[in-house]
Amino acid sequence: MLLDAPDQEYMYSGHVGCPGCGAAIAMRFTLKALGDKTIMVLPACCWSIIAGPYPMSTLKIPVIHSAFETGGAVASGVRAALDMKGDTETTVVTWAGDGGTFDIGFQALSGAVERNEDFIYVCYDNEAYMNTGVQRSSSTPYGAWTTTTPGPEWKKMRKKNIVEVLVAHRIPYVATANIAFPEDLVHKVQKAKGLKGSRFIHIYASCPTGWRIPSEMSVKIARMAVQTNIFPLYEVESGVKYTINYKPKEYLVREYFKLQGRFRHLTEKDLDQIQEMVNEDWGLLLRKAGESL
Amino acid sequence: MKRVIEGSHAVAEAVRLARVQVISAYPITPQTHIVEILSEYCANGTMNARFLRVESEHSALAALIGAQSCGVRTFTATASQGLALMHELLHWTSGARLPIVMAEVNRALAPGWNIWTDQTDSLAQRDTGWIQMYCEDSQEVLDSMLQAYRLAERVYLPVMVVLDAFYLSHTFEPVDVPTQEEVDRFLPPYQPRFQADTENACAFGQLVPPGAYMKMRHNIAIGMDEALKSLNEIQEEFYAIFRRRYNAVEAVCCDDAEIILVTSGTITSTSRLVIKTLRGRGEKAGILKMKLFRPFPVEMIRKAISHAKKIAVIDRNFSFGASGIFAQELRAALYNTPDHPPVFGYIAGIGGLDATVELIEEIYWKTKNTAFPDEESIWMGI
Repeated sequence: MLLDAPDQEYMYSGHVGCPGCGAAIAMRFTLKALGDKTIMVLPACCWSIIAGPYPMSTLKIPVIHSAFETGGAVASGVRAALDMKGDTETTVVTWAGDGGTFDIGFQALSGAVERNEDFIYVCYDNEAYMNTGVQRSSSTPYGAWTTTTPGPEWKKMRKKNIVEVLVAHRIPYVATANIAFPEDLVHKVQKAKGLKGSRFIHIYASCPTGWRIPSEMSVKIARMAVQTNIFPLYEVESGVKYTINYKPKEYLVREYFKLQGRFRHLTEKDLDQIQEMVNEDWGLLLRKAGESL
Repeated sequence: MKRVIEGSHAVAEAVRLARVQVISAYPITPQTHIVEILSEYCANGTMNARFLRVESEHSALAALIGAQSCGVRTFTATASQGLALMHELLHWTSGARLPIVMAEVNRALAPGWNIWTDQTDSLAQRDTGWIQMYCEDSQEVLDSMLQAYRLAERVYLPVMVVLDAFYLSHTFEPVDVPTQEEVDRFLPPYQPRFQADTENACAFGQLVPPGAYMKMRHNIAIGMDEALKSLNEIQEEFYAIFRRRYNAVEAVCCDDAEIILVTSGTITSTSRLVIKTLRGRGEKAGILKMKLFRPFPVEMIRKAISHAKKIAVIDRNFSFGASGIFAQELRAALYNTPDHPPVFGYIAGIGGLDATVELIEEIYWKTKNTAFPDEESIWMGI
């Protein structure tokens, strides 16, 4: 396959992510699309570690590491400072995990996008607090084991639909992307870069360590998440205009779940129920996009 | 030019004169007048600055951390709960060596809800690596704000300028508001030593191993020591232009004083009146006004009060399970001096309770008539 993405690399090799880390792939392609005129705000997440220890850095762009819950606010300040210095060229991007986006950083994110701050917020989603050792977040999907939802206490709540929450803020651009679809990802980041105001990109980033999958399955599982409609690829402009970017041929969620250790405890009945949930969500999305099943 | 303005207004004028570029704040009584005036200045073009109307105090300071990291001069103001909410990022600011300046209006912490003056909010932040300056009147507020930027940008540490709720923030006083030209001579444009820059990509605040971390923390300690020296130099530079000077501590009638009251904030003004009356009656009374709390000016304190017979510290704050916070620090400062005087700790004016002339006079007589403090803290007026 010939990948239509810029050749330039903004990530050095030798980062300290786990083997098969989806978040590392997500960063690599995102930076290819953003280019070197980028300042990154990096609240606490796996990437606080992956970027490497002082005095080295995996990234070739300026990075401002920040407190866990401050992704939206620090970026607001960076943008304001650049504006005051007359720098309209540099893109400000916040790079946060699901914990820093769905949970602890939710207030600052909502505040920043309500003000329509001119920046891109990227959430790379590995569906739990992976950096601290796989604890559940509000992004953890229904049915998942984590170290804080062990045994029979597996998560019985649905994953928070962060994309729709951002859409409700009526910001210029919201999109989902996935490490198994790099061309789509690069295209969406480039599109976001060309817009003004608050832009949000939600990237599915598999985590072999936390999901209990072999590292070589990282991209395969990510692809299956799209193919099963568990993580649809779509974008929403100005809070109203929905476009579904990929329409999969019916795959059953069962196949996706069976490959991952974090779902090992689920019964056939549980999987049927999850299939219904996924069908329901997909139907809802189609309706919003004005399409039929 | 002398103008009759509120303490809050004095803060805002200083921020305007300091040519601050990014302001970020969240409203809390009694800080609101500061940010209302600044909002107007940004809206009507009096100031060329961006005002970020964020959704919490935590985000207010976070936004400034982002802005200051990109090399611009910044400002925020808060009080009480707002400062407590910022706590995590107070540590972050000093750790990142960002010379952010904040006006902090001393207000009591809940519960129960109380908007009146009390120093526990700011003093509880003493270990966060912020320089803290306490002010007696609105002129000192304005002047301290200008000095704060000079000091912060010299030692790369943040500064908190602290003023009493209502007694300063909402009280009108004549204040000499300097001209822009005068202030420009004192405070040059901010020239950051480091900043986030796409031409010179660096990582800020990343993962750091223990050896390097400890060295960085030691550098902050050195910065604090330098702040004490720098403040003295800055006072001289300030005096040369404005003919006003504020020392880290001010000794009032202390040379021959037998009993010295140690005060901070507006209680100092009331105490000046008490001392005047007492001196008129032949009492050998003095005041040590504490302007600087961090860094704690140990040597200057020892020099000013070691000779006294008794020390009476008036604290409008309290550290539960210990004592008044100024008293604690003062006792520690005197401990390694020979034959130091006994330190009486008085708790007064908590939650905005009036600290009157009569109350301060009572503190003086109580100190004089008691040979040695038999308790760590004496709560006045309850």
